[in-house]
Amino acid sequence: MTAASFIRNIGRRTARLLAVALVAAATTFFLFELLPGSLADAILGEDARPEDIAKLEAELGLDRPVVERFGGWLWQAVQGDLGQSHITGEPVARAIVERLPVSIELMLLAQLVGLAIALPLGIWAGYREGTSVDRAISGGAFATLAIPHFVLGILLILVFAIWLRWLPATGFVPFSTDPIGNLRSMVLPTLTLALVEAPIYLRLLRSDLASTLREEFITVARAKGLSDRQILLQHALRPSSFSMLTVMGINIGHLIGGAVIIETLFALPGIGRLLIEGIIKRDYLVVQGLVLFISVAFVAVNMAVDAVYALIDPRLRHGRTH
Amino acid sequence: MAAPTERSARASIPLLFQARIALPAAWILLVVVLGLASPWLPIPPPNAMDFLAPAEAPSMKHLFGTDLDGRDLFARAVHGARISLFVGLVAPALGLLIGGTLGLLAAYYGGLLRASILGALDLILAFPTLVLALALTSVLGQSMENVTVALGIVSIPAFARIARASALPLLTREFVLAARTAGAGDPYILTREVLPNMLMPLLTYFLTMISVMIVAEGSLSFLGVGIPPPAPSWGGMIAYGREALERAPHVTLIPATVMFLTVLSLNLIGDWVRQRTEAKEGGLS
Repeated sequence: MTAASFIRNIGRRTARLLAVALVAAATTFFLFELLPGSLADAILGEDARPEDIAKLEAELGLDRPVVERFGGWLWQAVQGDLGQSHITGEPVARAIVERLPVSIELMLLAQLVGLAIALPLGIWAGYREGTSVDRAISGGAFATLAIPHFVLGILLILVFAIWLRWLPATGFVPFSTDPIGNLRSMVLPTLTLALVEAPIYLRLLRSDLASTLREEFITVARAKGLSDRQILLQHALRPSSFSMLTVMGINIGHLIGGAVIIETLFALPGIGRLLIEGIIKRDYLVVQGLVLFISVAFVAVNMAVDAVYALIDPRLRHGRTH
Repeated sequence: MAAPTERSARASIPLLFQARIALPAAWILLVVVLGLASPWLPIPPPNAMDFLAPAEAPSMKHLFGTDLDGRDLFARAVHGARISLFVGLVAPALGLLIGGTLGLLAAYYGGLLRASILGALDLILAFPTLVLALALTSVLGQSMENVTVALGIVSIPAFARIARASALPLLTREFVLAARTAGAGDPYILTREVLPNMLMPLLTYFLTMISVMIVAEGSLSFLGVGIPPPAPSWGGMIAYGREALERAPHVTLIPATVMFLTVLSLNLIGDWVRQRTEAKEGGLS
């Protein structure tokens, strides 16, 4: 790839990112315009006095025309001001910054552990395709796919926190105060999220590896006298992992949804729990700010993943598939 | 030529073949029949509390035991099946109807219509699925109908994508060209020629989405932002039992098991149908 086309590529991606982010912002804003009555009605509830509603409407600028309000809201959001909770008075942007590390830690650990589960089992099942080992692993993965996040989390709490008493069921220890305690409090949440993601990766890796092993270059490698371990890890694994890696990228939306459920279940102070609390307390500005933040981050991560694939996969790099 | 060998091969594995599909099918049938018949079954009302019998273990009187307020868990599980079936069928039906239509139109027509349909789908895809469902229920309000609408909206893009992808190759096929040459109008070609030939992948996906939607409704209700209590949603029952997980694990484990078996059965049936239809389509081309 030449430098000019590389820069053009980045420019095109950035423009697309900005466009999608703008669309996401508009959708978020106008979604909350759908609330019956004005936002002030929704915040103050049905029994509110008209003068209080009028006062809050003026405070929130709700008496201005909708396009002007969208412009103002967007301009503030670009500057990092997402408004503030009308319950706690805390600025939404600050709440996000404080809670984001917890969510990111959970998702990163879960992807790592999920991969650590999926890789060996997927390779083993693909290598032994059709045998009882394969059937046991594949069957287990298929059954695990039918367990929702929250059920799996509760089962792990029941076994490891209540019956065996090995790990805490809920509660979060910040990494800065106690790194070991932090990791202990993250074990069950991470394991829950990882066990939901792992079967998806495992199944893809297994079937791709099994079909790679039927290819001619593997026969050639066998004929050269390479050991099975060398064939699997050095020759077969790389060409078999593309669809798994692609799905890991596409799966980020699923991962975020899972993190929301798991943070609520294990009482982790991440942005997912903030979102659920906001919805339950009808703290609409918090919900609106969070939905905007999550969708823009989601779109940005998706595009970053696309860009990384373009670097890894030579076919995409030269634009041949498009 | 191939038919006799195929038949004998199938006859030689009847037990395996039947167990793989008969057990899940029987479970789903049981859930559907009990769910539909629940108002007329000789069971207590799902919300009737008996404070003298809280958190009782399963017995002859209470088949699944009682929950923390002494409500009969069997009655709640059976009535909960109605909720799961409603959301699991209606939400993907909305997605199929709207997404399928949009996908078909985006495949057939170009220009501004296609651009605006694809743009609207991108708009939905700019949000993680669960977050959009949460935002929609937050705005629409919490009820079974609103949860269903929210989940239906969330499922539109996938149905549209499948519809468009299956319609595109059909548009250049001989039978469509023949219909057009014979003077058929767009509505006729779309509904009589293209639509019947793209229904199979859409219906297969619909089948897959039933269990996804049951889990999604359960998740929303578990989080406390789906169908509000005391409605016996399986997810809500699981969340409620959590408080007494140590003392009375059955209050959580029973709805969890019912939900797991239902989702697993639906997945098994979906997998079976997908394998058969894919094999069939492969055989045709």
